Amino acid sequence: MNPELINIFNSIVANATPLVIASIGETITERAGVVNLSLDGSLILSAMVGFVAAFVSGSAIIGIIAAMIVGGLIALIIAIGGIELRQDQVAIGFVLTLLTADLATFLGQNYTRIPGPQILRSPIPILADIPVAGPIFFNQTALVYLSYALIFGLWYWLFRTRPGLALRAIGERPETAFARGANVNRLRYLYTIIGGALVGLAGAAYSLSVKPGWATPPSMAGDGWIALAIVIFGGWHPFRVVLGAYLFAGLRALSTAIQRTPEIEISVVLLNGIPWVLMIITLLLVSSGAIERLLTVLPRPLQKWTRNFLRSDPPAALGTRFKQK
Amino acid sequence: MGLVMNIELKHIHKRFGAVHANNDINLTFATGRIVGILGENGAGKSTLMKILSGFQSMDSGEIWLDGKPVSYNGPQAAIAHGIGMLQQDPLDVGAFTVLENFIYGQPGNLSPKRKVAQQQLEKLSQRFGFELDPDMPVSQLSIGQRQQLEIVRLLALGVRTLILDEPTTGISTEQKTLLFDALRELAAKDSMTVLLVSHKLEDVIALCHEVAVLRAGRIVGSMDMPATTTELVTLMFGQELAAQPRQPINANSDDAVLALHKVQLRNKRMKIDNISLRVRAGEIIGLAGLDGSGQEMLLRACVGLEKCSRGQIDIAGRDMTGKSYREFLQTGVAFGAAGRLEEGLVAGLTLTEHIALVTSHQSFIDWNSARQHTEDQIKHYNVRGRPESRIETLSGGNQQRVLMALMPQEPVLMALEQPTRGLDVDSARWIWQQLIERRKGGTAIIFSSPDLDELVTYSDRIIVFCGGWVQEVADMENLTLDELGRMIGGEGVIQ
Repeated sequence: MNPELINIFNSIVANATPLVIASIGETITERAGVVNLSLDGSLILSAMVGFVAAFVSGSAIIGIIAAMIVGGLIALIIAIGGIELRQDQVAIGFVLTLLTADLATFLGQNYTRIPGPQILRSPIPILADIPVAGPIFFNQTALVYLSYALIFGLWYWLFRTRPGLALRAIGERPETAFARGANVNRLRYLYTIIGGALVGLAGAAYSLSVKPGWATPPSMAGDGWIALAIVIFGGWHPFRVVLGAYLFAGLRALSTAIQRTPEIEISVVLLNGIPWVLMIITLLLVSSGAIERLLTVLPRPLQKWTRNFLRSDPPAALGTRFKQK
Repeated sequence: MGLVMNIELKHIHKRFGAVHANNDINLTFATGRIVGILGENGAGKSTLMKILSGFQSMDSGEIWLDGKPVSYNGPQAAIAHGIGMLQQDPLDVGAFTVLENFIYGQPGNLSPKRKVAQQQLEKLSQRFGFELDPDMPVSQLSIGQRQQLEIVRLLALGVRTLILDEPTTGISTEQKTLLFDALRELAAKDSMTVLLVSHKLEDVIALCHEVAVLRAGRIVGSMDMPATTTELVTLMFGQELAAQPRQPINANSDDAVLALHKVQLRNKRMKIDNISLRVRAGEIIGLAGLDGSGQEMLLRACVGLEKCSRGQIDIAGRDMTGKSYREFLQTGVAFGAAGRLEEGLVAGLTLTEHIALVTSHQSFIDWNSARQHTEDQIKHYNVRGRPESRIETLSGGNQQRVLMALMPQEPVLMALEQPTRGLDVDSARWIWQQLIERRKGGTAIIFSSPDLDELVTYSDRIIVFCGGWVQEVADMENLTLDELGRMIGGEGVIQ
């Protein structure tokens, strides 16, 4: 394969990683029935805190930990407001988005445009030597490898373990989960915080790796909304969510490449709109009856798998409150 | 198999606000028996079973299993003690597959053994002839299949006592046969205790070894089967109050206010054919029948909320068949739903806002006069509340008074679902005084009620609904509660 093409794919995987981690985090939260709408602001604030903590301490690891704590704390506010105080999760999340983004600009004003620690590539021996896939997937940073683990780990947790059944049940029908022994609200707290911490990790992945450093306006602004859209596009299924994140990063790379080619004259704005149009079309396809009709022609074992993969209903109890008796 | 399990309930009390849902309940269930828990809606039977199965806490009382007192918090703990309950709407997860639902809640390691669980599921399903596809999403199952899944799930958890809440509502005849066969086998071969909560007498007669009857939160009797419908109905409704003399019919003309011509009504569960009825001005028509026998459907058809699949409805001489609720309202009918806060009133709005909603027809409301009007109405209808009180803060009786205040002053016809539901004796009597006042002005009233006493006391004529049939009581003069109860239970129906 053309080495330049391999380079492009390698950078797509790298650039997609924060989106992957953030949307996996949000998938966990929403599977538990809680909406963390603060993603955009959370990413920005945790990116800033991650960079500053790494800069001050000189350690990227400390930066990552700090960013995860910030993401987890923001999620905790949403959990307290939505579960304990029984307020509207969407409203709290929205306000937090605005607040945290401004907070990042304010608190980070003395740290803009300075070099700081970065997470470097660490190719995995042997695996990196596999033709084509090796240099694309295994010549990356540790964060990218962690994102792979998250994808498969979440899939296994959701669909192959007992606690995973409980996680899905509290987001689908909390009354049933309660009847079968789950402490619904405590679990919702737990998964909201875990999801938020992953969003924080995604923020650190920006400021310590993908777009190193801190600047105003923040370079990752808007990506939180994209991650939220990817969760919906991905039908709350880890594999599809990841596919969405890679697809989005791929389209972005394509639009950058086209902009650099003077022979092609397409408006940048138009190019940037393509991913959204594509998402709407996919959502329409999935929610129309077309998929079900397609399924009936497939062989039976494949039907079940495909249906599960293409399922696009949100968790039935998403954003609702549950009162334990 | 055949572990013995004896259940004793001792002095169980449960209150919901002013309602004493369970009042000093003492009951014993022996192993291997199928026991019917009978009672009208609101008698407290579901509450009692929810307490026994851990879904509801009790205020005071004790549960003894095999001679030892137990206490548990939550359904999971009750299952650990061997008591499982199948809810009317089975508590499962629609997004899960059958197998996932079966596994979820079973104790075990982090990662469940799907193969083993699937074999267990298939073995149990086969035993009772249930057809459950392990890979099917639960959202695609019928209620009957979801019940089957819940039963095998509870059995796999080692439940020794199975409680079923109205299990025959919404399932097919074949599924009912399958279910009853399974329950009989469980009682006979596995000496399980089966408790069947129901108000369907035919189910109880077909299945149970004994019955316990609740009325208004108390156990009013129990008996061994077989028993006749009459005996059960007598227990369910009681007959301590003798029928009072009725007011003479005060109809001033022979013209029908409401006329039904060979109307057919149908929904998913039933079909009622050939209802013909003429209601004159000033007449009060009572609709009797066990819950869900079609009385509500007919009431709603009279105001255009339910479409008749055949036949004709006239209001004050005009053909209204197929017309909308709005058009019915314009002819001068009024409707009062049983679910006051769900359908009749708007939770979150104040009394003044309610009055303004029905009296003010301009875009801008004159709040001063609306408030004045509300104060007048509060005085007139003796409502305990202020113009600025939100409606849901009022008691049921006061809500019903507000509902009366919101109705047009002199409607041609009032259709009322259980007009005194949940009201104390005083409020109920007051509501009827108001209704009788309006009747003197020529308003015809058609109402449904689960209270036989209320039906016999206030109706000029009574229509009995039973198993898809309607029948008018022929001899109102000599009607006793007992006779009416028998008709509701399905005796003496002319088909």
